[in-house]
Amino acid sequence: MASIPALPRRYHKASVWALYVIGLAPAVWYFYLGLTGGLGFNPVKEFEHQLGIWALRFIIATLAITPLRDLAGINWVRYRRALGLIAFYYVALHFSVYVSLDLRFNFGAVGGDIAKRPYITIGFACLLMLIPLAVTSNNWSIRKLAQGWNRLHRLIYLIAAGGALHYVLAVKSVTLVPFIHIALIALLLVYRSLRRPILNWRRGNNKPAKPVVSQRARQNG
Amino acid sequence: MSAYRPPHIPASEITPRDIYMSRRNFMGAAAVAGLAFAGADTAFAAPLTANPSAYKLDEKLTPKEAVTTYNNFYEFGVNKDDPAANSGDFKPTPWSVKVDGMVGKPKEFGLEELMKMNLEERTYRMRCVEGWSMVIPWIGFPLSAILDQVEPLGSAKYVSFETVVRPEEMPGQKGFFQPLPWPYIEGLRLDEARHPLAILAVGLYGETLPNPNGAPIRLVVPWKYGFKSIKSIVRISLVEKQPETTWKNANAREYGFYSNVNPAVDHPRWSQATEQRIGEGGFFGANRRPTLPFNGYADQVASLYDGLDLKANY
Repeated sequence: MASIPALPRRYHKASVWALYVIGLAPAVWYFYLGLTGGLGFNPVKEFEHQLGIWALRFIIATLAITPLRDLAGINWVRYRRALGLIAFYYVALHFSVYVSLDLRFNFGAVGGDIAKRPYITIGFACLLMLIPLAVTSNNWSIRKLAQGWNRLHRLIYLIAAGGALHYVLAVKSVTLVPFIHIALIALLLVYRSLRRPILNWRRGNNKPAKPVVSQRARQNG
Repeated sequence: MSAYRPPHIPASEITPRDIYMSRRNFMGAAAVAGLAFAGADTAFAAPLTANPSAYKLDEKLTPKEAVTTYNNFYEFGVNKDDPAANSGDFKPTPWSVKVDGMVGKPKEFGLEELMKMNLEERTYRMRCVEGWSMVIPWIGFPLSAILDQVEPLGSAKYVSFETVVRPEEMPGQKGFFQPLPWPYIEGLRLDEARHPLAILAVGLYGETLPNPNGAPIRLVVPWKYGFKSIKSIVRISLVEKQPETTWKNANAREYGFYSNVNPAVDHPRWSQATEQRIGEGGFFGANRRPTLPFNGYADQVASLYDGLDLKANY
């Protein structure tokens, strides 16, 4: 299996911080465009939608870490926490812009939307489910919760499915861009259900099996 | 974007002598010639003169740039800036509109003839079903003017409309993932179509209609959500039964045949109580304003719906 050159360990930490900077850059960029009139004639909606789409992209990236390691031998598990947290930040920003710039803190309207509009109910539920994941994303929680941490963080599959559904229901018709995002999420979720058979099959085929999943990766995951 | 390509004009289209001898005819022909030029690039619409009318509003006009670059016209793509970006190859001339169905005198109207109708400037509110609105100075004439010419039969109860299908000029109509089936179709009850507020527009802001706004001729029904105001019309048919309409076919629970602007009836996915006026407020000051029943035209049109349950007939 072709592999990309490994990043020297001493750069690992810096690369994670670089990921936070790069990952949040689109939010900063769109905010700047909004301030300077670069988001067209309905800038609030555009900003809100871009934040939502970037949230989905980072959820996709978070889910892609495991198959990347399983199938391509690329171990980027060290970036998964940052990707997941960036996704959470985008979801939180997406909701904040909807409440503040879009609905102007009309909490009656926000509550009405959450109660009455299924796609907003689903989106809001995803935001709520992301909170415990973000709160327990530190090493202390991983140690403290042990197996419970793994079970808790399986919520991301439900959140990913909910996010995709929220997107489908929000657009007037599913065109190419929504389709690509939804298809990627569907693919990544389907992979989870087929992971065991795929891994067993691969182990059976490559007899002197190079352990793709290292002990260290298992601990981090 | 594509380079400028001068449109090929066959000899048959060069204005005959008997037309250009009359000033009024000349003005119409000039507008069409301008459209031929405008067809190469949406930025070049031709000047179009019209009589002033009583249809004015004391609300601020939406800036022309917003009116011509923030559009829903799925034939050119689903994003708001797609119609302005992707309609450069669309040729709104030559053009004709076929009016047929249950009429005494079916007729195909050439664009030249339509541009010679008694054109008026009318400033209307435009409320999109998505919750945003504009104020647009249209140029056009009452739809009833051409309905009268074809003499609808007594059995005609509805009017159906059809947009042009030209995948080679309308990128949204080709490839995978087309958002809607084509042609785009719309409809009105005959009494709605005959209402003096319902117009066929051939221009806005003192110019011929830009491609993103439905060149060369579109419907404007200001008391209904924007998607009822079908663009780039090639056919108008008088029919007996309520015609199918594109968005109702796509999602009948969300988009009804009537689609009158109604702040009291929510879209299943969002409230219709308020609207965002495009081009006002910017990023932080964007203030939603209350949506008015029938988009503020209740005095004129509410009587069309006496006895009709507007919640059930959304």
